[in-house]
This record gives sequence, structure tokens and C-alpha cells, in this order.
Amino acid sequence: MAAELVQRFESVQQVREGLRELDYLADDGIAGVAYLADRLGKPILVEGPAGTGKTQLAKSIAELTGARLVRLQCYEGLDESKALFEWNYKKQLLRIQADKNSDSWNEIHDDIFSEEFLLTRPLLEAITADDPVVLLIDEVDRVEVETEALLLEILSDYQVSIPELGTIEAKQIPLVFLTSNNTRELSEALKRRCLYLHVDYPSMEREREIVLAKVPGITDALADQIARIVRSIRSLDLKKSPSVSETLDWARTLLLLNIETIDEQTAKETLHILLKYQTDIAKAAKELSVDE
Amino acid sequence: MTVTDQRSMLDLLNGFVGQLRDAGLPVSLTENLDAMEAVRHIPIEDRDAFKYALGATMIKNQAHWRSFETVFEVYFSLRGPEYALTQSSDGDSELDDLWREMQEASQQGDGRGGAGSLDALTPEEIAHLLMQALMQGDQALMKALARQAVQRFAGMEPGRPVGGTYYLYRTLRNLDLDGMLAKMMEAAAQQSTGPNTGLEQRLEREEFEHRITEFKAEVEAEIRRRLVADRGVEAMAKTLRKPLPEDVEFMHASRDEMVSLRKALQPLTRKLAARLARKRKHGRRGPLDFRNTVRHSLSYGGVPAEPKFKYPRPAKPELMVVADISGSVAAFARFTLMLVYAISNQFSKVRSFVFIDGIDEVTDYFKATEDITEAIHRVNTEADVVWVDGHSDYGHAFEVFWERYGKDVGPKTTVLLLGDARNNYHASQSWVIKEIRSKARHVYWLNPEPRSYWNTGDSIVGEYGAHTDGVYECRNLRQLEGFVEKLA
Repeated sequence: MAAELVQRFESVQQVREGLRELDYLADDGIAGVAYLADRLGKPILVEGPAGTGKTQLAKSIAELTGARLVRLQCYEGLDESKALFEWNYKKQLLRIQADKNSDSWNEIHDDIFSEEFLLTRPLLEAITADDPVVLLIDEVDRVEVETEALLLEILSDYQVSIPELGTIEAKQIPLVFLTSNNTRELSEALKRRCLYLHVDYPSMEREREIVLAKVPGITDALADQIARIVRSIRSLDLKKSPSVSETLDWARTLLLLNIETIDEQTAKETLHILLKYQTDIAKAAKELSVDE
Repeated sequence: MTVTDQRSMLDLLNGFVGQLRDAGLPVSLTENLDAMEAVRHIPIEDRDAFKYALGATMIKNQAHWRSFETVFEVYFSLRGPEYALTQSSDGDSELDDLWREMQEASQQGDGRGGAGSLDALTPEEIAHLLMQALMQGDQALMKALARQAVQRFAGMEPGRPVGGTYYLYRTLRNLDLDGMLAKMMEAAAQQSTGPNTGLEQRLEREEFEHRITEFKAEVEAEIRRRLVADRGVEAMAKTLRKPLPEDVEFMHASRDEMVSLRKALQPLTRKLAARLARKRKHGRRGPLDFRNTVRHSLSYGGVPAEPKFKYPRPAKPELMVVADISGSVAAFARFTLMLVYAISNQFSKVRSFVFIDGIDEVTDYFKATEDITEAIHRVNTEADVVWVDGHSDYGHAFEVFWERYGKDVGPKTTVLLLGDARNNYHASQSWVIKEIRSKARHVYWLNPEPRSYWNTGDSIVGEYGAHTDGVYECRNLRQLEGFVEKLA
């Protein structure tokens, strides 16, 4: 039983507009790749600096398609029993003890390794679900190289092999997002199975639109100024450039403080919202106050 | 798609993949097949979507994107009308125009463009128009002006064997963009009504700089298009091929390449640090950890079913970096120091020394600040490294090193020597290296020169190398990274 490939989107245009209505402003690349992933039935590997909306993309796509989001947060030490499936030992034990005398061993053996005693973990859950789902495998660069192999079967064939039970194939092909902060090179095998999408800091125009969309009540002029200052700060050589979420925090702060135009003084006083390292703050403050 | 269409598409993509592979971008067979599949779903008329579709399926590393874009632009820029990648949907058939324009140009040989009214303008008027376009951020006008400027100032002739940079230089020289920036700032200051704070000015300047960069890129692209029209895709793809950042040679990197190198260094160090930390953690198993085993046995009713082991924690090496920072190898020393300090928590201690013909310790510069770039800057400006004439003298530098710091070299120390060992025919004093090696744990020599240049002219790397645990060629980031991983 091979799963049918459902087509969720009509066109790239539709994806972009749909996302826009959800206040996720996609650029050409993002919408195009999401559309392609749907058509080709392939997972998307989203890479980029922290705080540029990688996880949000998966959430917004789930919302757009009306699907449930199944999330697997990766961490060092993640293993099969947390990602794929686990046998419900307690229930198995109970089953054996419940009718100790009646059943023959063979029957029990066959019985306790059936789906009834299987605990599904995110990956298995995503492919066995009856309702539409979007699978998000978050921060995949945190697992060890060896653990990546766990993902390969599900990513290329949408199936999970369970030694005692056989192969479970997907009832539907979910949209799969993998995100990575690029702290290490992912294996070739994993990359080959995915479409690659790099999400970078947005252009100034897009950032301004994001601020306008996400921070209600902000004026055009202030949003414009925020976007320009953030771009200026990003062009400095910093330890950690301000992310989009930090830009939004800053915008909200300025709004709360009833500031209409940013001058040097306000900028310097509120820099700690954008930047999190003392050296970065000092550097940016110095740069912004250069009077020529 | 009809069968013939599919065949021609297949040929087209195959040629493209060939070009990508020639440029050093790895494209596997499955990725190629994916791309074939992908373009079936993307209307080929939408050039951007087409580009992203190919990129998403074939390019899996952000550092490769720029190379990909260049190859894409060159390869698909001139494929004749049957492959015209125009945006005909909205009536803007700019590339179609371009194609016709190129044809005209190559036929008539006088490079008359289709920009119509722009032809009649004087250079001053063009400069004025450009300034207006830049100030208003008028993309369409900027594009048209870029085309016009190239046509007018570059002096491109068919078949002339000069590179694109020459034409770019000629075009930009005539436009005087640096002067333009000053004029724009002035004009903006006059026009502005609001309070003119320093911050506002700075932002304004950045905006203008950004637009000028955009304009330059447009000029560059325009030149490239014309060159492709003149010489053909295959020939141009070869000359435009840029090495990937990790393959750029330290000793011959241009300024742009240096910038991209520095950008590539940051994620690289992060990855390296993560990898090293992991390596340290997941070492071999050590002896049985009795206490831990007993503790875990409680959940099995006292049966030690799950033996636990002690994991050995290998001692972190102590590092001494001795770097030649004379002109020819300065860039290499800089990158190595940056890399070493970025992962300095992988070493128990890092000390660094720089020399030309005198030697100076610079460890404190790195301790004083968290900002490696600033430390490097101080190294270059403040370190006392000139003894006589400011020409490399490895022999003297090593001698002084031994005299002053030799006692600090111990059995835990790994000594890294960086340089091309071009000693300007001074005495080598290679006995110092021999002495160091007898006291230190390891001594390595990293040489940024290609192996084939070693021991030619005044290079005496062989003489020093004989007393080290190994001499490594470190011409680019890839090789440097490989070495550092081995080291820690």
C-alpha cells in the first residue's frame, strides 16, 4: 500500500499569499521550495542563523494546510526509543501475567509484539496518522552523526521498519521540515534526501514588512527606521547579529516606550534588546555614535 | 511537455550539471534526477522560481550558493529564443530584449543597445541621471543606466581577450561612484527637513552605499552577459569560475576573497569546536566504574546487569603558536591565529608569538579582549617584530625564542610553527627546532606555499622540517581545518 501523494498547493503564488495571510512573509525562495516539497514529496532541510523563522515556517505551513504539527526536538543522545517507537514493556508484562495458564507461549509471543503494545514516537506517529500532519524535526544538527541514520528510512521512503513487526508504511506522505542551525555539517546521505533551503536574515524591505505585520500599532516611519538600524548593526562584525525575533522585541519595546523616532540616545539605551553580548553592545554603541 | 521538449530539457540540465561540477560543486546523481523532476513542476518562464528549484535540489551548502548563481546566470543567460527564460507573463520581456540586443551587437559590431532615448545623453547627463536613480532607489532606471554605462564606457570589442574586471574597471572609472556618494550625501542633507542627527546621516549613507553596491553588481552582470554573448557559454564559465571560499589560497586571496574567507571562518570554527568537544566526549571506554555500576544495579534488584565504564578524559594539549607575520604570509598567520583562538577552549593553554626578524609574545592581546579581530589588529600594529630590516629571518627569531621562552616548552606543549621558511639566505639555526622537539610533545610546521615550491629559492622548509614531527601544506581553509582537527 503505497501512500498517495496529495497535492496541497496550486502554485507558488498561492503558497506565498497563504503564508502572508498568516503573517509569515515568505520570499520567492521559501515559497518556491515549499511548493516543490509538496509536489515532489520530499522533505525540506531549512538551514540558517538562529532566530530567522525556520521553526515558524513549519508552524505556518501547518496552519496553512490545516494540518497537525508533529514535532521532534533533537538533542544529543536522542535515540530510537525517543524518535521512532518503543515497546510498552509494562503492558507486555501485564499481558503475560494476566493469563499465565491459558495461552501457549507462541500465542503470547505473537501477541505481545503487536501494534497494541507499540508506543509511537513522533516519527512513527507522523506517518501513521490519519489526519494530515506536518512533521517538524527541529535542530537536527544537534544529534550525533550516527543518529542521523535513524531518519534516513523515514525521509526517503516514508516507512519505519520494526524488527518484530515488519515494515510500517505511511498512510499519507506528510510535509517534513528539518531545521538546522548549521553547527555541524550534516551527512551527505541526509542532505541528498532533502530539498535545501537557506533562510537568511531578511532584506531591509522584508524586515520592515515583518515588523509592520507582527507589531500592531507601529508607524511606517518607525518600522522603516528600525529596519535600517538593524541592517546597519548586522553589517558590523559581531559575535551574534540580531535575529528577526530580536528585531521584533525591539520594535515592541520602542512602541511601549512611546518612542516615535529613534535618536542616538534611545538606540544606545535599548541596544541590549537587540544584542546579547557585552562586547557586541559596546561595539555597536560606538559605531552608532560616530559623528561625521 | 512533449518528448522532444523533455529531451532538450534533459540535455540542457545535463550541460548545466557538468558546468556546476567543473566549478567544484558536488552534484550527485540523485540530486540531478530530483532537479529533473522539480523543473517539471515549475514553469520555466519564471526565471527566479526556476533558479530556486534548481538550487534547492542541487546545492546543499549555503557557501556554494554564490558560485551556483554565477554559473546559473552564465549558463542560462543566452540560450537562444527557444530557451528564453523571460517573464513574458507580465509583459516585461527584459531578457528577450537583451537577447535581441546582443544579437544586434554581435552582428553590427558597434554595440548599439536598445535603450533608445538614453543614447542621446552626454556623459554628464548620465551621471546626473544615475545620481537621481540612486537617490530614489529607482531599480528600473538603475538597470537601464548600468546597461548604458557598460555600452558606452567599457569599450568592449568582440573577440578581445581581456577579462571582465578590465571592463568593469573602465566603466566604473568613468562613473566616479565614490564622488557620487559624497554628492548624494550633500544633496540629501539639503533636501532633508527633519532633524539631521548623526544616526540619521549614518543610516542614509549606508542606504546609498547599499544602492551603489547594487548598481555595481548590475554593471558586472551586464558585462558578463555581453562577454557570454561574445565568447560563448563554455569559455566564459571557465573564466568566471570562482573557487569556493574553503579552496581560496591564503597567499593569493584578493580583497573580496578575504572577506568571504573571514565569513567562512566563523561557522567553520563553530563546527570544529562542536566536533572536537564531541570527539573528546565519545572516546574509548575506560575501566569499569564500580560505584556507578552498583548504583545502577539497584534497578535490577542488585544484579549488576548494566556495567558502567569510566570514560578517559584525555588531557588537553598546551599550544604554542609561533607565526611569521611578514607580508607574504601575513594572511595565513592571521587566519591560523583566529582559528586557534576561536577554539582555544579545546586547549588547556594557548600562547602565541609573532616574528619577522625579531620575535614578540602576543598572548596578552588575545587575553585582553574577547574580540579576536581586534586582537589581530593589535598584533599587526603593536607587536615588536622588527629587529634589523623587516625581512624574514627565521634563524634569529627562533634563536631569541629559545633564549627567552625555551624554558616554558614542556612535555605537554605542542609547538606550531607557521611560515613559508623563506629565510632570505640568513643562517637557519635549525638546532633550535631540534632542541624544542626534544622537550616538547610535538612540533609541527604549517606552510602556506604549494608543496612544489618548497625548498626552492631561499625556502629551507626541508631543513627545519627534518627536526619536526611533520610539515603540512596549509594553502586554504580546508587544509587548515583538517590539520587543526587532527591536532586537538
